Amino acid sequence: MKYLNEFRDGQVAKRMADEIRQVATRPWKIMEVCGGQTHSIIRNGIDQMLPPGIEMIHGPGCPVCVTPLALIDKALAIAAQPGVIFCSFGDMLRVPGTDADLFQIKGRGGDVRVVYSPLDAMELAVKNPDKQVVFFGVGFETTAPANSMSVHIAKQRGLKNFSLLVSHVLVPPAIEAIMSSPENQVQAFLAAGHVCSVMGFWEYPPLADKFEIPIVVTGFEPLDLLDGIRRAIIQLEKGEHHVENAYERIVTYAGNLEAQRLLAEVFELTDRSWRGIGTIPNSGWRLNDHYRAFDAEERFQISGIRTVESLLCKAGDVLRGAIKPELCPAFGKECTPRHPLGATMVSSEGACAAYFNYGRFLSAEELAHAGAAHA
Amino acid sequence: MPDNTAPDFSSWSCPLPLRDYPTIVMGHGGGGKLGNELVEHLFLPAFRNPALENLGDAAVLELSSGRLAMSTDSFVVQPLFFPGGSIGELAVNGTVNDLSVSGAEPKFLSASFILEEGFPLVHLAAVVNSMAQAAAWAGVRIVTGDTKVVERGHGDGCYINTAGVGVLRQGISVGPNRARVADVVLVSGTIGDHGMAIMSVREGLEFESQIRSDCAALNGLIADVLDAVGPSVHAMRDPTRGGLASTLNEIATSSNAGIEIDEATVPVRSEVQSACELLGLDPVYVANEGKAVFFVAPEAADRALEVLRAHPLGREAARIGLVTAQHPRMLVARTAMGANRVIATQIGEQLPRIC
Repeated sequence: MKYLNEFRDGQVAKRMADEIRQVATRPWKIMEVCGGQTHSIIRNGIDQMLPPGIEMIHGPGCPVCVTPLALIDKALAIAAQPGVIFCSFGDMLRVPGTDADLFQIKGRGGDVRVVYSPLDAMELAVKNPDKQVVFFGVGFETTAPANSMSVHIAKQRGLKNFSLLVSHVLVPPAIEAIMSSPENQVQAFLAAGHVCSVMGFWEYPPLADKFEIPIVVTGFEPLDLLDGIRRAIIQLEKGEHHVENAYERIVTYAGNLEAQRLLAEVFELTDRSWRGIGTIPNSGWRLNDHYRAFDAEERFQISGIRTVESLLCKAGDVLRGAIKPELCPAFGKECTPRHPLGATMVSSEGACAAYFNYGRFLSAEELAHAGAAHA
Repeated sequence: MPDNTAPDFSSWSCPLPLRDYPTIVMGHGGGGKLGNELVEHLFLPAFRNPALENLGDAAVLELSSGRLAMSTDSFVVQPLFFPGGSIGELAVNGTVNDLSVSGAEPKFLSASFILEEGFPLVHLAAVVNSMAQAAAWAGVRIVTGDTKVVERGHGDGCYINTAGVGVLRQGISVGPNRARVADVVLVSGTIGDHGMAIMSVREGLEFESQIRSDCAALNGLIADVLDAVGPSVHAMRDPTRGGLASTLNEIATSSNAGIEIDEATVPVRSEVQSACELLGLDPVYVANEGKAVFFVAPEAADRALEVLRAHPLGREAARIGLVTAQHPRMLVARTAMGANRVIATQIGEQLPRIC
């Protein structure tokens, strides 16, 4: 646990929180883009350590949450076909489609498998030449290199039975969309550290300039997050707006050039529909013409799906930072991790699930009691 | 940790009649000659005891007077053999532990096998022998059993059901609904070892690790605690599937009390913690097969902890929290950051995160 425990030291965290209290003279709203950061903030109670007025707005950076329902329905339709091995990361399995989720498809006899890497799915294709193996390639820039590698190798090997159902989304266009929204409240961003480990942060200075917002590249451990928040507040208090790197042990300005080269070889920019948010121009990647043959949407030509979103679910408002999860009328009632109406209640990175699992449905009074009994 | 009386199966090989069929065939479950050979050449030598040797339709048991406890559990783990144990040891220890945490001294077990056609006999022998060793170590007898065979493709090699009978100890009154406000929560050692050991060898996820299952019979450890502070122990549980979090939530609900734990005090091996970080899992939800949680009156907590730590299976025992009148039916953890979080019961399986 070296390199982790150092970033979870409660005493240092308290000192950093004190420092934040000293520098913050006004209320500020800061968005952490990445779902992994949301998870860590809520799990560790970072938001409880911040002075009143410093509000963390949870961004749309959970890949499970923003994958459009139409694509989930398409995944379900492909997974239900005989002769298909449908592979996915674990937390996509419980995401509700219009009528079912992947667990239910598996229960009905579909061959749905949890894998830990798209390369494992590709190996399954090698071992099962009589089956079509499909990998559900969702995620931000972080998961894209492994997905691109899987089709790159599949093409080299001439595999005819492997394909990707791709729904890659990108952080910079999402920041652009959030800042351009008339109802925007966000005053600074914590950029997603692991996205930047791949892409670097050369894409962010134009955004910081255009919208006059501080952007701090931030990690995921409690001290990383507190440092990112502290740096953002210092900029806000001084009226500055530039890009800072608070995750130097992982992230460089240029990023992982080899990964970026491979991404450029395999993917091209496309408009993407973000669940609950709508279509954002040039906000995602799809396989380009050289790799079109590995695109599951091309291979399976699924049509005639009728997609219906839950009327109760306010996941879109949550993802845009317009409301906190507990303000959704269905939160904790019709919608729980057991019966999720929207994807934000499914993935542990989803803001609704993070709030539910870590007890933000408790009143402040109950939590204060819980703390007092410990002391 | 087999004691001196445990039979030695290290050089066991299949006796002659069984060699004719190196794998399980449908006939092994048919009640005829093949089935008898399994009993005679495999099960009897492994489990040998007077009650079993009658080979009647039912075992006849001699028990001291008093109240009996009975428990049953089925085992379907994959893979069948994993670092630190096998399905056979789990099947014995699981039932032994369920009886033990109920305050009973486990005495007799049954063992039923559902075998898949084609299952290698040497694997069955290894499973049976690991059960015999586990039973000898726990001091229980396997007195009756059954074997069924299902067609290839209808099973997963080998499923085992065990049921067990134990005699309740006098003067002990434990139950998940008996935790009281101010009780101290003790755990007998590190959590998450079994679940992560299984995960480290599961197909598609093999990762190199030193993590071994904690699979063990807890009756000796529990007996030591009950001998020392029995009347002060209000609840005991072995946190298997669903992990520590689910067990504590169950007790909070049954006892209509709140439970608070201090995350920093919960013992977790660094390898387990690292593997959990990598997969996006939380060790409090990961299964254990050789750990117990005790709810003990505050005045007896230090003594109980001392006794636990003196036992080979309890060296890393720790005091992790207490029962409170606040937030009834809820488990709240104090994080290392000094904040509080509610730990809810797990819904279904823990799913590794995308990134």
